[in-house]
Amino acid sequence: MSRFRTEAGGRVKRDKVLSFTFDGVAYQGLTGDTLASALLANGVHLVGRSFKYHRPRGIVTAGPEDQNALITLRRDAARETPNLRATQVELYQGLEAESQNRWPSLKFDVNAINGLASSLFVSGFYYKTFMWPRSFWKNVYEPRIRAAAGLGKAPAKADPDRYTSRYVHCDVLVIGAGPAGLTAALAAKEAGATVILADEGAEFGGSLLGDAVTTIEGKSTDAWMSDVVMNLAMSDKVRMLARTTAFGYFADNFVALVERVTDHLAAPSDALPRERLWQVRAKQVILATGALERPLVFPENDRPGIMMAEAGRSFLNRYGVKVGLRAVVFTATDSAYRAAIDLKQAGVDIQLIADLRARPPADVVDEALACGLTVRAASTLCGTQGGLRVSAAEVGEVNGDLTIGRKEVVDCDVVLMSGGWTPNINLHSQSRGRLIYNETTQNFLPGAPGYDNVSIGACKGTYDLSATMNEGYAAGEAAARASGRKGGMKKGFSSLGGLAMGGGHLGVVPHDRDPGRVKAFVDFQHDVTAKDIKLATREGFQSIEHVKRFTTTGMATDQGKTSNMNALAIAAKAIGKAIPEVGLTTFRLPYTPTTFGNFAGTARGDLFDPIRKTPMHDWAAAQGAPFENVALWKRAWYFPKAGEDMHAAVNRECKTVRTTVGMFDASTLGKIEVVGPDAAEFMNRMYVNPWTKLEIGRCRYGIMCRDDGFVYDDGVVGRMAADRFHVTTTTGGAPRVMNLMEDYLQTEFTDLKVFLTSTTEQWAVIAVQGPKAREVLAPLVEGIDIGKDAMPHMSVREGRICGVPTRLFRISFTGELGFEVNVPADYGQGVLDAIWREVREAGGCAYGTEAMHVLRAEKGYIIVGQDTDGTLTPDEAGVGWAVGKAKADFLGKRGLMRPDLTGPSRKQLIGLLTVDPKRVPDEGAQLVASAAPAKGSHALGHVTSAYWSENLGRSIAMAQLENGRARLGETVYITSLTGAAFPAVVADPIFYDKAGARIDV
Amino acid sequence: MHFSFFSLLRQAFAKHEGWPRQWRDPEPKPAYDAVIVGAGGHGLATAYYMAAEHGMRNIAVVEKGWLGGGNTGRNTTIIRSNYLWEESEALYDHALDIWQDLSQVLNYNVMYSARGVLMLAHTIHDVQVAKRHIHANRLAGIENEWLDPGQCKDFVPVLNLDPNIRYPIMGGALQRKGGVARHDAVAWGYARAASALGVDIIQNCEVKGIRRDASGAVCGLDTTRGMIATKKVGVVAAGHTSVLMQMAGVRMPLESYPLQALVSEPLKPIFPCVVMSNTIHAYISQSDKGDLVIGAGTDQYNSYSQTGGLHITQHTLDAICELFPMFRRVRMLRNWGGIVDVTPDRSPIIAKTPVPGLFVNCGWGTGGFKATPGSGHVFAHTVATGEPHRIAAPFTIERFKTGRLIDEAAAAAVAH
Repeated sequence: MSRFRTEAGGRVKRDKVLSFTFDGVAYQGLTGDTLASALLANGVHLVGRSFKYHRPRGIVTAGPEDQNALITLRRDAARETPNLRATQVELYQGLEAESQNRWPSLKFDVNAINGLASSLFVSGFYYKTFMWPRSFWKNVYEPRIRAAAGLGKAPAKADPDRYTSRYVHCDVLVIGAGPAGLTAALAAKEAGATVILADEGAEFGGSLLGDAVTTIEGKSTDAWMSDVVMNLAMSDKVRMLARTTAFGYFADNFVALVERVTDHLAAPSDALPRERLWQVRAKQVILATGALERPLVFPENDRPGIMMAEAGRSFLNRYGVKVGLRAVVFTATDSAYRAAIDLKQAGVDIQLIADLRARPPADVVDEALACGLTVRAASTLCGTQGGLRVSAAEVGEVNGDLTIGRKEVVDCDVVLMSGGWTPNINLHSQSRGRLIYNETTQNFLPGAPGYDNVSIGACKGTYDLSATMNEGYAAGEAAARASGRKGGMKKGFSSLGGLAMGGGHLGVVPHDRDPGRVKAFVDFQHDVTAKDIKLATREGFQSIEHVKRFTTTGMATDQGKTSNMNALAIAAKAIGKAIPEVGLTTFRLPYTPTTFGNFAGTARGDLFDPIRKTPMHDWAAAQGAPFENVALWKRAWYFPKAGEDMHAAVNRECKTVRTTVGMFDASTLGKIEVVGPDAAEFMNRMYVNPWTKLEIGRCRYGIMCRDDGFVYDDGVVGRMAADRFHVTTTTGGAPRVMNLMEDYLQTEFTDLKVFLTSTTEQWAVIAVQGPKAREVLAPLVEGIDIGKDAMPHMSVREGRICGVPTRLFRISFTGELGFEVNVPADYGQGVLDAIWREVREAGGCAYGTEAMHVLRAEKGYIIVGQDTDGTLTPDEAGVGWAVGKAKADFLGKRGLMRPDLTGPSRKQLIGLLTVDPKRVPDEGAQLVASAAPAKGSHALGHVTSAYWSENLGRSIAMAQLENGRARLGETVYITSLTGAAFPAVVADPIFYDKAGARIDV
Repeated sequence: MHFSFFSLLRQAFAKHEGWPRQWRDPEPKPAYDAVIVGAGGHGLATAYYMAAEHGMRNIAVVEKGWLGGGNTGRNTTIIRSNYLWEESEALYDHALDIWQDLSQVLNYNVMYSARGVLMLAHTIHDVQVAKRHIHANRLAGIENEWLDPGQCKDFVPVLNLDPNIRYPIMGGALQRKGGVARHDAVAWGYARAASALGVDIIQNCEVKGIRRDASGAVCGLDTTRGMIATKKVGVVAAGHTSVLMQMAGVRMPLESYPLQALVSEPLKPIFPCVVMSNTIHAYISQSDKGDLVIGAGTDQYNSYSQTGGLHITQHTLDAICELFPMFRRVRMLRNWGGIVDVTPDRSPIIAKTPVPGLFVNCGWGTGGFKATPGSGHVFAHTVATGEPHRIAAPFTIERFKTGRLIDEAAAAAVAH
């Protein structure tokens, strides 16, 4: 093993060596390593390049807040994942990682030249230049900026992995399994609550995992953790989710967690999803999310090898990795002393501890001195040296007036820094909790929560270990009680040697360098320096949101976890305001970046949206019909015979229906059963038509408007009984019509005794249309006289067909004699088989939606949503006759009386016959007054439907045209995308059998 | 100070210490000739054009929070003008014209990038609607063209043309002049230019009341920074317009919904344009910084909460991953919501009101950013002259009473 790996200790498995590569170079690590710890064990600090200046960057933290250690992980061509944090990537055998945002190599990056021009590339420089010449922005400047920006590359291939989702409820959700979360979960469990404990790490324990010296209840942290975790794991009331990040906190304790199921495995099983989305509704939430260590802002604080002190300690104690051999510790906090002691005891040379504070706590200093460490109070770093790795630190004395006294260059290969601890209040803030600024600790702490949650431990500013555990246990007990469990127990924990976390410094440290020139980084990834923030405030960007947006500080992939407080302090000082007056930018989800696939889940391919199929779908597929998507439905489009294209098939189908008979699957039409003593009155109010006098057994074509008076839906309605209507709607409109009806019934028409049932999927509907329709059905129908007089057009009968119950409608959407056979859905195929035999014997055919469209257009029947578009009144759509003029009120009546709906120049639905009968206009083509309209000419209307009519031997079209009905016989011009507009004559929209003789036979 | 490469270079030598404030930070004066309420893009643009084109220099913009902090700074920055109705075409194309040289006019790089906006069609009904738009736009002199699926793929190489997906791509309507711009820069650019012309931009100044004189006309505003006398008030406050107008007794036909958007972590350039799919609800482009910028739909319920539902985001990312399956492993960096003010016909209101001296510009719903320059320009005319600009004339409040709607939503009616 390398000289950076300790002899013993840590949680890595020393007998399980793993091979991996980084940028093609082979390395070895241990089971239990992260990619970051494994690289550090090999002496590799340089892992990336910064966003703007492409400066070399190293691993800074050991956790999810790292800004620099972003790599691309590659399993195969389809499983490349960019921008992962090496500090969170668990090592597995054969792992392949690559650095990002550098060319040609990490060590030699051409774009590092940007750094030379960095005095130009200050915050917001791009708003001030790149404006001339105008065309250069899109063609020259922007492409270059884009090429230099970005981090990793998007994968080249479709992701083959699966993502799944679970919905769960629990009494208590505990987020974070450090000392606070573990004790909280323990208490909640002991109080009888159902508990979910989630932690983003691979192991439970949080900060305790990197702690080698502390004892709890007289046990080592390791032993104590094992006991607690085992205790929790044995309970069937506790669900323990490791590698699970709570990333989003929604209203009323709805929390979204993502569990990374397979990313840590060398050879994941296909049976496992890559990630699992847990959507948790918890009665109580306990936030135990800890605190994050802040960097210090000093000149040249970004060189590889400069990292957080606690990260250095964590790499040592948890992973058995020395992050360097010669360290300088630069701190404003007590906790870094413990890091220095631990590293020293592991054999790392600690050159000195430079403490920014003039009077660091004596007990902390004494302990360090006792371990043989050198401590310099009132010391700062005025700069660092080194290229791809820090090689020396310039330590300076801070005088009482903040000037710098004696300076000394100290050799080192690592700088451990600690600027203090920032409570991790992200989720508290996401849950609409208030934040309170604490002047003493210079922290924002959780105030009153927005929902039923509580913050405990370090995320609340409680740093003492015993206090944290006591707080955790009490919170767990209280949460269990609040969620209705018994509770009542109390427990106190004792610990020895927990981390002292006092002290801290916000903003730039004192130094003697030129603040207008030197780079002291606040946001490492985005290359935002202290002087950038000052520049922003100088230019008037004084709201913290403005500072963020102008400088991009806090917009990196850590979303400001390490940078926000320093940026805020620098801005506040520059503006001369107190920190809470300047305020904090808003915390948003996700807590850490979350895979798109996790949100999309199983919604892909056929599962993207539900597929609705009619009971006769498979039959149509077997006949070779292609299908058309209509709303969620698959509808048979046409039924081609061998050698036929769509055009030929549709022509044949249309001819056949008019000459013999055709069969059509109309099951997708929406169906609503309207029932109750007030059913007729309800219909009167919902539809423009009058319903009171509709006889039982008769049908009426219903038109529904919304309150604005425009046509919303249509369909044939049959009266089955005095108190029962069989309502049909358009295929796409069924859900919204049902919703609208329920909405009115429940909120406006509460006086009516009516109930509504969607029966769309309960009925299979087979339309039989054509001169031989009666002949086809006659042998199959029982108990219904379907003769011309006994069952006239627009009537409905109940009886049996092929031995099963039916509601048989005599209606027509083709203009031919027609019936629609409704049978319970399960009988659909059987009845269709029987009808199909008869149809074939009669010389008929099956037809699809395309022929249906043509046939109805030949008759001028409208399709709501195609010929109407939410801007036509019933009259304008040519169905004004349906409006019950004597009715006191109906939905849309008042809207229809608005002056502009009754005024001149309204559009009306008419027919169009192109002068060239072979030419079929585009649906959507505009109608104009001349063949060569000037640009900006007023459109008189547009073509809504256009088809080739084989029955008429010419094209037909329907159109909305201003004052259309007054223009019959006039010529208008139809626009074309390929040439000049072409003429057509305005006509009645009924092109075929105007008298309706064919229907009434 | 004029912004240019040379001023940047000069300042580089001067450690950038000579840059002045981009806009002044004045105390409110006791009285102004006109006050715009709301310092978003539309409000700031209005003030700028009032000063630049109508010579009104004694005017102010008051803002409850920080300028550009509402929907201006939260949207997905899509710019296009391929609307259906002539009234909308005129309005949005007017804006598109101004976008062309807005950076130069304002001397502020707003990064308008005509990357092309491709609107996908997935069903026969979509194709009909798309072609209707193309025919209408061409007649109006607005470029918009139909691409077949292969041409769509050429334009967006990462597009998934698999015919076996749930809603295969049947083509798309492309407006090449459409694109994106840097949203914050638009607000800042207008603020800087307006401030330079003498407009007082007063942030952290919340309007608490609208004062009216005996005749009922507007005579001033009560604000958290004192009373400001003025005879003209232009309310440009997006989601909060209803609340403000209520102060003058005007009830607005608006509903407010949360609308969400999100960005991915930055990626190297992969997405060359803007793609929109109204049918499956996906709107995506890539920012100069490299983030995929993705728009979601509105929540179904009225709300002022800026956290929308998780299922809305899921639905949008379903669609994104279906159209671009290589993005499934890409990660979401940030997800946020804004409050959009929606009118019954989904078109804005840019109008006089029944109260003399009170004007309103609102109802931009989910798509106001693109119109910012045009909206400000025509509303400035309306406020300055007291009469609606020709292009603004159809966008009255009264249209909801008279029925003369400009219904862009209905025109994309759902399938039969």
